Amino acid sequence: MIYELEFERPVTELRSKIKELKEITKDADVDLTVEIETLEKRLEKLEVDIYNHLKPWDRVQIARHPARPTTLDYIPLLFNDFIEFHGDRYYGDDEAIVAGIAEFEGRAVTVIGHQRGKDTKENIRRNFGMPHPEGYRKALRLMKQAEKFNRPIICFIDTKGAFPGKAAEERGQSEAIAKNLFEMAGLKVPVISIVIGEGGSGGALALGVGDRIFMLENSTYSVISPEGAAALLWKDASQAKRAAESMQITAPDLNRLGVIDEIIPEVKGGAHRDANVQAEAIKDILKRSFNELLPLDSDELINQRYMKFKKIGEYEFEKQPEGKPKEVGQHS
Amino acid sequence: MLKELFAKSKKKYATVPLDREKQDVPEGIMTKCPSCKKIMYTKELVKNQKVCLHCGFHHSMSSHERIEYLFDAGSFNEFDKEMISVNPLQFPDYLEKLEKDKKKAKINEAVVTGVGSINGYQVSTAIMDSNFRMGSMGSVVGEKITRAIERAGELRIPFIIFTASGGARMQEGVLSLMQMAKTSAALKMFSNEGGLIISMMTHPTTGGVSASFASLGDINLAEPGALIGFAGRRIIEQTIHEDLPEDFQTSEFLMKHGQLDAVVKRTELKETLTTILKIHAPGGEWL
Repeated sequence: MIYELEFERPVTELRSKIKELKEITKDADVDLTVEIETLEKRLEKLEVDIYNHLKPWDRVQIARHPARPTTLDYIPLLFNDFIEFHGDRYYGDDEAIVAGIAEFEGRAVTVIGHQRGKDTKENIRRNFGMPHPEGYRKALRLMKQAEKFNRPIICFIDTKGAFPGKAAEERGQSEAIAKNLFEMAGLKVPVISIVIGEGGSGGALALGVGDRIFMLENSTYSVISPEGAAALLWKDASQAKRAAESMQITAPDLNRLGVIDEIIPEVKGGAHRDANVQAEAIKDILKRSFNELLPLDSDELINQRYMKFKKIGEYEFEKQPEGKPKEVGQHS
Repeated sequence: MLKELFAKSKKKYATVPLDREKQDVPEGIMTKCPSCKKIMYTKELVKNQKVCLHCGFHHSMSSHERIEYLFDAGSFNEFDKEMISVNPLQFPDYLEKLEKDKKKAKINEAVVTGVGSINGYQVSTAIMDSNFRMGSMGSVVGEKITRAIERAGELRIPFIIFTASGGARMQEGVLSLMQMAKTSAALKMFSNEGGLIISMMTHPTTGGVSASFASLGDINLAEPGALIGFAGRRIIEQTIHEDLPEDFQTSEFLMKHGQLDAVVKRTELKETLTTILKIHAPGGEWL
């Protein structure tokens, strides 16, 4: 049973009331059709009110929902013949990132994604989806392999961030992330990145230097977690809700800031309500993106990818003494 | 009368701004080393490139001081000096904080970029300054560094980055995060053309800066004793519930774990860079 989030409670309560009434009509000899219809209409309106006006913190809750589909949930729904490949060839195999080859609509692809667990046991094995350097190095190894065999790459982003630990620092967490950003910028094959849950900081970006960047409607993508931001800015991690609002981390925010290409609409209430339907929406956008990207030659692809990131940012120029007109940066 | 004079001078003394960085060497005659606690003449400390005469501690250095020490006199030509930050997320108090740091650090943003020469070798450079918003990277820092890398490509000269940063700038949110991708992509383009990238990490180099351009040099160098790392020490201690070694995330720790080519003292940096530039200068390749 999928548990309800706090903001959904009015919907849940109304729904159970309707269910109750329906059961009464079944067993007893009373006609409650009119009442049920009224309540169902009210439920419809309430759902629209709640789900069409989600606040940033509501979306954070949906993005973190334990039942939210993960990379390994989407893979069988989107691809055929997936084979997982392991290891970075230097140190070990990081299960916080899964990667392998598969077939998508008759075409060979490489699939890479953060992988968190669905329960405590799996979360421990997968380190809550927070990779160590070897995870990023495995991802890069398979990206270079994809490039060699001219396979497009699909990345699923779903992490709170790269793991902050002693061993991670010793083995070069910074270098591993930096190297991915650097090498992804130069890949000769199309790269599509989709944020499916939480996109936390550099640990998310290390799978995010793509030709297309999409976000599921209720996913988040940010420089720091709301809790981290609150701790840094106001020395109080409990102000996470306020931080979620001021940091602008939701899909509509990133779309407005010009960071992502498009929002992938979610099933009402969140992707966890119906992973099959959600996968169809992802499939459509992947097909469309491939149609746009596959005709490009590698130079065009790399150049467009560079220009895409180059234009992100906002700045302006101070009035210059010579009275030159004020130059204004992107998106302003 | 005498009393009044005394009071006045006392008052004047009290108006010295208190927000000055503790380690910043004041215009005073003497300076106390924060590491060995010994007191020395400021003039001598400055003459020694702000490296403690007793223990070798590297005092923090502004971007303009670095230019003065390292680049041939009069050779440095600054670019994009007038580029300033806006407030894309409408973050409360952000613009006020920027104004305050502009006055304090006497620069418009946390990086100074330009072209200059080191013992005759021309380079494009970006020098971060921890006096401005802890050297944090927002849109302006990312854009200025990207332009400096592109300039190196256009002029076909090496690119040297001096990092000093606490990481991404929170107040510009995800736009700051994306500057990591932007600068790294610019380095990739430059690298593909055969450009030489030297990263010189200084105290501190952490978070998004360490996880992007700081780690992407063909040659990665660091000043002794600098704090360099991805995650903050406190966060790591809270996460793994164990004490960390004293030298954790220092230049020497990174060196031990194979993350650096060399730890270079500030007083030997010009010579080291000159040698590296000489070996990479056109004409020296085996073709």
